[in-house]
Amino acid sequence: MFRFIVRRLLQLIPTLFGLSLLLFIWLRRLPGGPETAILGERGTPEMRAAIRRNMGLDEPILVQYGRFVRRLIKLDLGTSTSTKRAVTTEFIERFPGTVELTITAMIIAIGVGIPLGYLAARRRGRFLDHASVGGSLIGICIPVFFLGYVLKAIFSENLHWFPSSGRQDPTLGATRVTNFFVLDGLMTREWDAAADALWHLVLPSIALASIPLAIIVRITRASVLEVLNEDFVRTAEAKGLTEQTVRRRHVLRNAMLPVATSIGLLAGGLLSGAVLTETVFAFSGIGAFVAEAIGQRDYPVLMGFILIIAVVYVLVNLLVDLSYSFIDPRVRVR
Amino acid sequence: MALLEVEDLAVTFARRGQRAVHAVDGVSFSVDAGEVVGLVGESGCGKSVTSLAIMGLLPKQPGLRVGGKAVFDGTDLLQLDDRSRRDIRGRDIAMIFQDPLSSLNPVIPIGLQVTEVLTRHRGMKGEAAAKEAAALLDRVGIPDPKRRLKEYPHQLSGGMRQRALIAMAVACQPRLLIADEPTTALDVTIQAQILELLKELVRDSGTALLMITHDLGVVAGMCDTVNVLYGGRVVETARRRPLFRQPRHPYTVGLLGSVPRLDAGRGEKLNPIPGSVRDLLPWPDGCAFAPRCARRVDECVGEPPELVHAHDGRSYRCVNPEPLPGMVPAPREEERA
Repeated sequence: MFRFIVRRLLQLIPTLFGLSLLLFIWLRRLPGGPETAILGERGTPEMRAAIRRNMGLDEPILVQYGRFVRRLIKLDLGTSTSTKRAVTTEFIERFPGTVELTITAMIIAIGVGIPLGYLAARRRGRFLDHASVGGSLIGICIPVFFLGYVLKAIFSENLHWFPSSGRQDPTLGATRVTNFFVLDGLMTREWDAAADALWHLVLPSIALASIPLAIIVRITRASVLEVLNEDFVRTAEAKGLTEQTVRRRHVLRNAMLPVATSIGLLAGGLLSGAVLTETVFAFSGIGAFVAEAIGQRDYPVLMGFILIIAVVYVLVNLLVDLSYSFIDPRVRVR
Repeated sequence: MALLEVEDLAVTFARRGQRAVHAVDGVSFSVDAGEVVGLVGESGCGKSVTSLAIMGLLPKQPGLRVGGKAVFDGTDLLQLDDRSRRDIRGRDIAMIFQDPLSSLNPVIPIGLQVTEVLTRHRGMKGEAAAKEAAALLDRVGIPDPKRRLKEYPHQLSGGMRQRALIAMAVACQPRLLIADEPTTALDVTIQAQILELLKELVRDSGTALLMITHDLGVVAGMCDTVNVLYGGRVVETARRRPLFRQPRHPYTVGLLGSVPRLDAGRGEKLNPIPGSVRDLLPWPDGCAFAPRCARRVDECVGEPPELVHAHDGRSYRCVNPEPLPGMVPAPREEERA
């Protein structure tokens, strides 16, 4: 088990190396560089060249990449060309918001999706089944930002149940420790701050959860239906076990494998979906910042962001692989 | 009184816009305490559906209709509610299935799959249940049972898996054991071992066994009474010896004729029954076997043939049965049976 984890983490190194090289070259190939973003249309060629020289962009690309890697080893992602602050500092401030949002959305998607998918399978062909299958189709089709605006219009602007934007009421003057606002509130025992941060999370995380939720409902439903037809479920029934035992021990556990796989794959999509959600709800996470960075050709920020997403993705899927071995002894890793 | 008395059992699958399928069409037979009864027929004749209907294990689906009676020890199983049925299943009536690999839960250790029956029906927990489970595995001939309890189905061989399933089935000393083709998925040598094990268990515990099979070899080696099924109906019921010696129903004759025998003369060919069990009947009623029958007469096509109870204790459903040689009265074996 331990060797498996180490091996997977070591595999991360060549992955990141290749990914960063590709991105590095590809980003610099994009038309217009940071100098265009800074100078606009009116910059003279001399001014552009000066800025490029200043940023080291006139050097051969491999030299630039070598410098990037040397800094990366020291966990230094460089300085943002638009905000002039260290990329790591920016990320430490902004990433927690996105992580909070993503985790909340995932909890909603899993917590609602698996039971709903299970019930739909058990009530196959009846109202709940049709409703959840139809509903999940709608959930997949509706773009996140549109759903975000609709939720905002109904629940915050009309009903005033939830705040429409931001991560926390600034007038609370909450103490910052980790920049995970809910966690901060709990750690400093500022309960009202934690509750307020959680309250701000509700609408954006529902909007963000919609697509993964729909996918999890469908996969769970299909998987449970398949398992219900398995011979071993019939054996369990033949033993006279209670319905509850059959359901928990024999059906659900076997049905979880494909669901676990899909959760790993969805995690990556969630992080990028967060970008849109954050924009709609003016939620100060990494999303809006990165969207801005694309327009500004802020190479260090973009590189850093994509590399972190890659790391998160690999780690989440490592967790999923590890969870397999708890679910299914046949794929138990050594 | 018989331990299990199945009377006029009928199972119909109806689908919207399609002709209803009568998978089981008025099956009657009985199993006495401690008796080994065979339910024989080729694929699709309704033998598995019969057993699942008795157990209440048919997949719940719209359009499924189960009629008739299955009286076990005085209670009609078909009239029971779900809870009482679950109380009987695994405790009084247990079942063994065809494919041992797919019949075991792949993600749960064998031990738990045995102890869960003990917990459910005998209230055993923890150490006591584990001990009893090990004893059960030992009894069905699994070596090193303590280690096997911790293993998963994929770590066991095919024969071991079927033994484990048998252990689960006999865990509560049921009065009736239903074995649905228990040896079909196994090697021939393993088949013999498993049959031997079943025979032994039945003999030692006095459990009645309902053996569902297409294999006449299995029937010849085990069953006291044989019911031959065709097209969802019992076409012949007889004690084992008379059935093998003088089958009356042409289908039984055909089944016996299509079994390869080592003692057959050189150049003697097998006599397969022409056609397939799935052949649709060109008439709504009548004998289901008629399209494939060598002894077909006009009366076969009109109404379903009545069950004829012969004076020698056997019964068959045929208007033109195979004549007994010289039409002599009951052979001696039957008097002993």
